[in-house]
Amino acid sequence: MSLSSPGVQSAAGPGARRSSSGLLQAWLPKLILAPSIAISLFFVYGFMLWTFVLSLTNSRMLPSYDFVGFAQYARLMANDRWWVASTNLVVFGGLFVAICLALGLLLAILLDQRIRQEGVLRTVYLYPMALSFIVTGVVWKWLLNPGLGIQAMVRSWGFENFRFDWLVNPDMAVYTLVIAAVWQASGFVMALFLAGLRGIDDSILKAAQLDGASLPRIYWRVVIPCLRPVVFSAVMILSHIAIKSFDLVVALTGGGPGYASDLPATFMYAHAFTRAQIGLGSASAMLMLGGVLAILIPYLYSELRSRRHG
Amino acid sequence: MDNVIRRRTVGARIGRAMLYAVLLLAALFYLLPLAVMLITSVKPLAEISPGTLLSLPREPTLAPWAKAWGEACTGMRCEGVGGYFFNSIAIVAPAVAISTVIGALNGYALTKWRFRGSELLFALMLFGCFIPFQVVLLPMAQTLGWLGLSSSRAGLILVHVVFGIAFTTLFFRNFFVAVPTELVSAAKLDGAGFFRIFWRILLPVSTPIIVVSVIWQFTQIWNDFLFGVAFSAHDTQPVTVALNNLVNTSTGVREYNVDMAAAMIAALPTLLVYVLAGKYFVRGLTAGSVKG
Repeated sequence: MSLSSPGVQSAAGPGARRSSSGLLQAWLPKLILAPSIAISLFFVYGFMLWTFVLSLTNSRMLPSYDFVGFAQYARLMANDRWWVASTNLVVFGGLFVAICLALGLLLAILLDQRIRQEGVLRTVYLYPMALSFIVTGVVWKWLLNPGLGIQAMVRSWGFENFRFDWLVNPDMAVYTLVIAAVWQASGFVMALFLAGLRGIDDSILKAAQLDGASLPRIYWRVVIPCLRPVVFSAVMILSHIAIKSFDLVVALTGGGPGYASDLPATFMYAHAFTRAQIGLGSASAMLMLGGVLAILIPYLYSELRSRRHG
Repeated sequence: MDNVIRRRTVGARIGRAMLYAVLLLAALFYLLPLAVMLITSVKPLAEISPGTLLSLPREPTLAPWAKAWGEACTGMRCEGVGGYFFNSIAIVAPAVAISTVIGALNGYALTKWRFRGSELLFALMLFGCFIPFQVVLLPMAQTLGWLGLSSSRAGLILVHVVFGIAFTTLFFRNFFVAVPTELVSAAKLDGAGFFRIFWRILLPVSTPIIVVSVIWQFTQIWNDFLFGVAFSAHDTQPVTVALNNLVNTSTGVREYNVDMAAAMIAALPTLLVYVLAGKYFVRGLTAGSVKG
């Protein structure tokens, strides 16, 4: 993870500054950074505040500034579609993260066994990550189409009663999102784990082997515990993808059938941009931000703490 | 891991065979959708019927590609995705260039010209990598309106630059931190200025990170859908939005072969970059993976 990269070296400053010629040279670095800082303050922090303010108003088609307190949040809590979207996020996010981790770890461990053509396999596993979620959604929509896709193919092999109609089944549609998202991101998790495995000190493994431990036991007791930081980063990245998932839903299920496979990101977009409910949409965006922070803050906390102790 | 000793036993051989079987099965899982997409895109519509998902085309044709590029309907218009493909290029090229240059200068200033509070400023900027973009959509729409950039390519370029510099700064900062400071200090003593040091000392060693940054930004912006759909109009839409419109246009017969051809067209640039520079792509992903 990038956050734990080499870190802080604070000794570069004073001697150099004194010798640099003129006031301009001393101010140049700050001048260079100033626009980016201003952009960040306005477009990130300012906009977050702005959205929060909008979430306290009764804005509908256009932003208005008639404040109604937390009424939009109360409406959101009473909104059935929001609950469907939030529940879906928990189901989708939970399964997506768990399956990606399991599959990614398995593939990384298997690939780490001196496999011939490892590079080719790695490329094959990882390439979906280069695609747009829209492309992924379009392809899987075709594969999962009950009339022409996998279901029809298996039936044509003679299994007449085979059913795989999740895409049009309100109870199952959310799982099609899991399938497509796992297909896209699990290879990436594999790459993270593989990098982690390659970073483990060989002598630890040798010692365990000399002690007569079996291979699965070595992995379970020695290797996987070493990968804890990777698991942590992967969970953080994957949950971030899950919370932001928007394009995949739009392309694969359109949130349907009905709104059975809606996620907060599509809920927000629908209300803010097509249903003229800017206040409600803003409130849902703020809750999404809350969700991200709930994952991010413990992560950053432990990251900083481990760096201090390490 | 070192299990050479065990390789000879029968059990180990079976284990080895199973290992390869599992790996190949996984490869099949990842390849199948791409294969189906490609096969379907060169089939005439008549050959698409239940159960033919995997069968090779009897009369391969590029007509679906031609139609997807130049004639297929994306919403009201029927001009294919070709024009939108060029929209994407017109948006991606400047946005990638600008955000990479800004990121490089930021990373340089943050590592080689540290000042009191510069680490804090970096942390402040880094937060931009983590926010769900839903939280900036509405204010952005209004701001673009005020700037007179609503539904314009320039507006989309601005959006991508604004939310891209957090990542490019992160890349360059983490790369420049590892470049020895002694060289820079010596150059400063010799009276070399800010840009001269950047140009002469940092830039010549920065090729790998420039490639990472360009590839990362290219795939992110090319694949973007959220900003594209929120801040564009008919004639400024990027190709991802056009693809989605094409697939969801519900007039006449569903032409799945054309859908797949359009998906291939939208996917090709990033796939190509991935095949040509996959090594860097992986590095970009693992370094910038905060965005996911």
